[in-house]
Amino acid sequence: MVKINGEMLEKDGMTVADVLAEMETSSQRVAVEINENIVPKAEYSSTVLKDGDVVEVVRFVGGG
Amino acid sequence: MPIPTKEEMYNALVERHGRELQEKFAAASVAVCGLGGLGSNIAIALARAGVGSLHIIDFDCVDISNLNRQQYFPEQLGLPKSQALSDTLKRIAPYCNITADCVKLTEDNIPELLKNDDYICEAFDKADQKAMLVNCVLENMPEKYLVSGSGMAGLSTANTIKTRKITKRFYVCGDGVSDVSDGLGLVSARVMVCAAHEANAVLRLIAGETEE
Repeated sequence: MVKINGEMLEKDGMTVADVLAEMETSSQRVAVEINENIVPKAEYSSTVLKDGDVVEVVRFVGGG
Repeated sequence: MPIPTKEEMYNALVERHGRELQEKFAAASVAVCGLGGLGSNIAIALARAGVGSLHIIDFDCVDISNLNRQQYFPEQLGLPKSQALSDTLKRIAPYCNITADCVKLTEDNIPELLKNDDYICEAFDKADQKAMLVNCVLENMPEKYLVSGSGMAGLSTANTIKTRKITKRFYVCGDGVSDVSDGLGLVSARVMVCAAHEANAVLRLIAGETEE
């Protein structure tokens, strides 16, 4: 199980890119942290989620 | 009337905030990236609190469409926002150390431009630019404290605007969903609520308060 934005989900084995695609979220408008470490954008496709990971997907919307 | 001396202004802040807290504010250096509705209000809040050094950055000039929510005056139309806001901040806090840069922040210049600032406020308008700055700082400058804003458009209740602690050094303020690209306008008060969340988050970090 992986905790994504506070929710326990069965996403072990998926990549960060897979998860973003499922969330229908553009990789150009997010920041992704796994266990308090930033995931570089270049590593979204190669970073595989492991059991127990705590993931934060911060989605940015326009306005300021 | 002549303005108060540096010592008089500092003592007035000490009276309000206490000496220990004011010494922390005065020693802090904060960068405000983007000087629109968020950034202009954040910078003014930080200047009034007595933050010692402010680094204000924007490539744009003051436009008439900014005046509904951004802290500029009609006679400042056409001026670079960095210069216009610097002038206002100097009136509010004449002894604040202000560095104003009229430049567009990019992945290439962020590490150099922000190297001397302990705390960084993301206050851009566009979602992809917000993400660019946040990712660039988190990837290249892990020692910085970073506060970002996302979701303050429209006229929904202001009670949905919150400060979320993502990691020890990264906080996001806003409702997370109200997107200006959905046709929602930006209205002064709700943008100011989000700006106040960002400024408050920075002041709490400077004070050493690291809970939510």
